[in-house]
Amino acid sequence: MSSSSVIQQLPLSARRPASSPRVRHFKEKAIAVAITAVAFSGIAALLLIVIFVGREALPLFFDAEVAKEASLGKLFLPQQLRVGKPAGFMWQPVGEVPKLSMIPLLLGSLKVTVVAMVVAVPVAVAAALFTAEFAPRRAREVLKPVIELLASIPSVVLGFFALMTLASWAQGSLGLTSRLNALVAGLAMAIAIVPVVFTVAEDALTAVPRSYREASLALGATRWETAWRVVLPAAAPGVLAACVLGFGRAIGETMIVLMASGNAAIVSPSLTDSTRTMSATIAAEMGEVVFGGAHWSVLFFIGVQLFAITLVLNLLAASFVRRAVRRLGGTS
Amino acid sequence: MTVAARRSPGVRRATTGLFTGLTGLAVGLLVAILLLIVGDAVLGGWTRLSWKFLTSAPEDGMTAGGIFPAIWGTAVLTLLMTVAVMPVGVITAIYLSEYAPPGSRLAALVRTAVQNLAGVPSVVFGLFGLGFFVRFVGERMDRAMGDELKWGQPGLLWASLTLAVLTLPVVIVATEEALRTVAEDLRTASLALGATKSQTLARVVLPGALPGILTGAILAVSRGAGEVAPILLTGAAYYLPDLPKSLSSQFMHLGYHTYVMATQSPDVDATRPLLYATVLVLLALTFSLNLVAILIRSRSRRRVA
Repeated sequence: MSSSSVIQQLPLSARRPASSPRVRHFKEKAIAVAITAVAFSGIAALLLIVIFVGREALPLFFDAEVAKEASLGKLFLPQQLRVGKPAGFMWQPVGEVPKLSMIPLLLGSLKVTVVAMVVAVPVAVAAALFTAEFAPRRAREVLKPVIELLASIPSVVLGFFALMTLASWAQGSLGLTSRLNALVAGLAMAIAIVPVVFTVAEDALTAVPRSYREASLALGATRWETAWRVVLPAAAPGVLAACVLGFGRAIGETMIVLMASGNAAIVSPSLTDSTRTMSATIAAEMGEVVFGGAHWSVLFFIGVQLFAITLVLNLLAASFVRRAVRRLGGTS
Repeated sequence: MTVAARRSPGVRRATTGLFTGLTGLAVGLLVAILLLIVGDAVLGGWTRLSWKFLTSAPEDGMTAGGIFPAIWGTAVLTLLMTVAVMPVGVITAIYLSEYAPPGSRLAALVRTAVQNLAGVPSVVFGLFGLGFFVRFVGERMDRAMGDELKWGQPGLLWASLTLAVLTLPVVIVATEEALRTVAEDLRTASLALGATKSQTLARVVLPGALPGILTGAILAVSRGAGEVAPILLTGAAYYLPDLPKSLSSQFMHLGYHTYVMATQSPDVDATRPLLYATVLVLLALTFSLNLVAILIRSRSRRRVA
């Protein structure tokens, strides 16, 4: 909007019969109050999520009937699964005696997330370094939209890609017994979190003041030495925040793992075994669960855990970013 | 610097070249992955894509026919979502950018909440929709209107409201950024001419921020149209013979249809071409939305600069 057209518009309001200053003042006040009230929506949404996801998980703690099948001990401690066998962990929610151990699911989530992080972080940080430090200006203008497009791919499409293409390729080249496993899901997940890590890391790198680079180059350092030993350390808190956010995104991501991890809830350290994660368990079992039973409550409890984990990670990332801003003396 | 300084200039220049190349390779890898995913969908789905595919219903257990009900469901769902999220998101951003006093505690709290809301896993939004909209609001509505089960079950309205909560941060962040690009001089000029704050907002600030707000809406639609985990729990259906008749009906959805065809088809080989074509439609939808958003933004940036 150019300023001339703005000024042309204004007399229209002046032509209206002017309301008295008191009425105008009252109207303005009312509008400000209304806008402030709506602004609570974000806070309200977060609180409602806590209350209403938590509410369905509460029977685990306060309903004796539910707690008998799914006490915290049953969820997290080893259980006697068969007479004469050593105690272990098992997720088998449907059966004569439902077994609802969280451990196989926690381990599954962790395995997939670690694979995704190990693959995604180096690629994303390297790409961010290139974009912020070495790429010509015009290349940067093409690169950022490319990453945005990568970020916009729906996770169900990444799941589809992992299931149809990546899994066959991995099985063919590695000779795996189970086609769908933590490795395949983790690789597809890496595609999902690269844009997150890239964007935040690139922001952190570009926030490093020019003077740092100029001082380093003036002292005789090469461009790589400047990037690696001056810019990257200066942006370290921001890059760390990027990794933390990537981790949070990966642990909650659902469709990719639901489609590409194989969904067998087994306790195994191997990355090439079929794996079931917390998020996929909610998505896969919510449809068939008996409303209000122990299984129902446990699924909501998994949601509470995912919420808590990502909330802590987000707050952590935000504190890293604040530290980065303070350290570089910026104001954003 | 001491270690590096001991190396010869030639080695140091070579190192710079090597690592610049390596980081460039990472960028190349990302571009290649994007092309691979798109190329895969295009090659696999192109031949099956036709007007008939887009306008007819699935047949024979998803081994024949088209995807019209899924396209329709996605469109109605995201339309309802947009209607719900835009006013709330834009007004919240207006508060943050125009009405919050500098250093406001409330504004800081709202920003923190919005940031954290953006990080909540999508499947948790699904649980929230089920626990709040379906179980809490819906069941109470049913009880108030008689005992017929209508709103106390997953359906179109609840799924779209769940997605509205999920996309709220997208709209707020985009709108706030858009409001910030409107020059302070314009506000001052308007106020100096005697316009009130709300008049300035409605006639000067919002028109100036419109391209950015539109970008936010488009990004929200793109995000909302692709999310499957939340609607899995709040109303998406495997297969429906009819289009949704009311706001409480279940619906078919492109993303969910993709998931169902990829994992639960009775005849994998017969479904495969249809699956690829569906993915192609979904990708074309999200990419064109995002490209439009990118274009609007780069045009309005140039205008500001």
